Amino acid sequence: MAGAGGGGCPAGGNDLQWCFSQVKGAVDEDVAEADVISTVEFSHSGDLLATGDKGGRVVIFQREQENKSRPHSRGEYNVYSTFQSHEPEFDYLKSLEIEEKINKIRWLPQQSAAHFLLSTNDKTIKLWKISERDKRAEGYNLKDEDGRLRDPFRITALRVPILKPMDLMVEASPRRIFANAHTYHINSISVNSDHETYLSADDLRINLWHLEITDRSFNIVDIKPANMEELTEVITAAEFHPHQCNVLVYSSSKGTIRLCDMRSSALCDRHSKFFEEPEDPSSRSFFSEIISSVSDVKFSHSGRYMMTRDYLSVKVWDLNMESRPVETHQVHEYLRSKLCSLYENDCIFDKFECCWNGSDSAIMTGSYNNFFRMFDRTTWRDVTLEASRENSKPRASLKPRRVCAGGKRKKDEVSVDSLDFSKKILHTAWHPAENIIAVAATNNLYIFQDKAN
Amino acid sequence: MFARGLKRKCAEDEEAVPAYSLQRQSLLDMSLVKLQLCHMLVEPNLCRSVLIANTVRQIQEEMTQDGSWCVPVPQTAGRASRDRLVSTEILCRSAREGARPAPDPGDPASELQVVPAAQAPGAPPGGAWDGDGPRENRGSFHKSLDQIFETLESQSPGAVEELFSDVDGSYYDLDAVLTGMVGGAKSGQDGLEAFASAAAPPPSASCKSDLGELDHVVEILVET
Repeated sequence: MAGAGGGGCPAGGNDLQWCFSQVKGAVDEDVAEADVISTVEFSHSGDLLATGDKGGRVVIFQREQENKSRPHSRGEYNVYSTFQSHEPEFDYLKSLEIEEKINKIRWLPQQSAAHFLLSTNDKTIKLWKISERDKRAEGYNLKDEDGRLRDPFRITALRVPILKPMDLMVEASPRRIFANAHTYHINSISVNSDHETYLSADDLRINLWHLEITDRSFNIVDIKPANMEELTEVITAAEFHPHQCNVLVYSSSKGTIRLCDMRSSALCDRHSKFFEEPEDPSSRSFFSEIISSVSDVKFSHSGRYMMTRDYLSVKVWDLNMESRPVETHQVHEYLRSKLCSLYENDCIFDKFECCWNGSDSAIMTGSYNNFFRMFDRTTWRDVTLEASRENSKPRASLKPRRVCAGGKRKKDEVSVDSLDFSKKILHTAWHPAENIIAVAATNNLYIFQDKAN
Repeated sequence: MFARGLKRKCAEDEEAVPAYSLQRQSLLDMSLVKLQLCHMLVEPNLCRSVLIANTVRQIQEEMTQDGSWCVPVPQTAGRASRDRLVSTEILCRSAREGARPAPDPGDPASELQVVPAAQAPGAPPGGAWDGDGPRENRGSFHKSLDQIFETLESQSPGAVEELFSDVDGSYYDLDAVLTGMVGGAKSGQDGLEAFASAAAPPPSASCKSDLGELDHVVEILVET
């Protein structure tokens, strides 16, 4: 099992050295709630990086092409498109607001010049098309250059409009709106490997959609008890298998993961596989269930493993073994003795995400104090790094951080009591092919790269 | 940190026991407050509510088991101390030496009936709610906690489940549920008329028909 606390060695295989690349977002101490980033996702090629925020906006960054005349900007991500994806709504029946916060963004695999992504808030999923326009037609017959209609009787000759280049314009347009299918809050969306369907999951149900059809969805998992008094468990995350289009997994607030096969029955209430680690009786407390709640589940790119994040650890599971994970990595074990305080200030309910690197050799997840952790699965090394403005000099190497759990604090160590729990890194993303990572720290997006890049 | 202000007892293990049960009581109080304080404008987080409710249930079960449900909890003399919550050692380690048998799930009703209904474990040790607040605030807070405890001590099995006893719509009105509005018996309607009027929609077999109805009603509301 990988140990806790940074070994001081870079993780990610082959002795990577992570360096600061860019930071996006305002520097102000006063962070507007709407600017808090709520999701980060690379596209399948890695050339585009999307973020969603609490204000319902989506910002897409594009990686600059290699350019000999500007060697330093090679690989830099710059703003490509910004649009308002969701607006706040009001549910008149319940007299409650529906937040516009973007919970998840998932890219569709690219099939044409345009890019497509799904973005969702608590209730509604939208399919957005992002397309480029760099030409415009001139020489229309029926209208002037400034758009005024020409008098048809004055037209004596016909001409063919000519396409002329124009400044690149990136347009985002909503192509489908998938609404009214979720009573509870949507926590996950996942595009199927068939590229035609996707799932959306809320606290109690999972629905299957066809990307072309918005007026109906198919309910495939329903854990709502007949009697709501008996509710003790909710769905926390769900994902489709990367290659097997009939397989999906969903995690629960009790720390279990169920794998379902849509071929076995229409309603996947009975799982094909049930993953749960037996509880360690010696560490049982009133908080055991809460910290076992799975906040994120991600298949490896290979499709052979899946990773779950609970409050204190990340676990890697072999899909062929349901009894226990094959790896457990401690993220911040030093918090175990602080659970009561973390329960009081609600931090114990924070939902951290996790991600794989492109080759599945490393995994990454966030923590508090703007720290994030990376675990190398081949070398068993792990490292703690920090996303902060102080380490923001271009190409500056990130220094590994250490947290002192108790006893004498060494130089450069941070003591547990001085951790800033308001600075939490919940969302991180790893480029699908290269060693480039995006880390969301409240309203700032940090991009780090391996020095070798 | 917690030991300050607590009367020392002769026997050592007696000193440890009240500390644990007092902390457990604080945790219970805190959990109940968390459940009650929903953001009224935005729907509360169901996952969080379920986890807190499960925690309350666990504490309840343990307290019922060792009979401390009946034990009057000593009032810490005026200590407005949040400090007891910072020292988490006792609560965060495993509950007791010597595993107790798992509570029999089959008969929570009879267990609860044993509890003398009048004995609210509140006048809960004021804890964080003592001290600076004006008297009336404190009074009303105690009152609502009493109401919560009364709900918990009610005769129906698994009283905590009442938290989720309404279907979709009014589930979210935890205030209403916790103050017994669902039972219809309690008073204290102030500020809660809005929720009282959110009648539980008829249970539907499928989500779609729920929403179909909601859609229809919203259409009507929007058009008027």
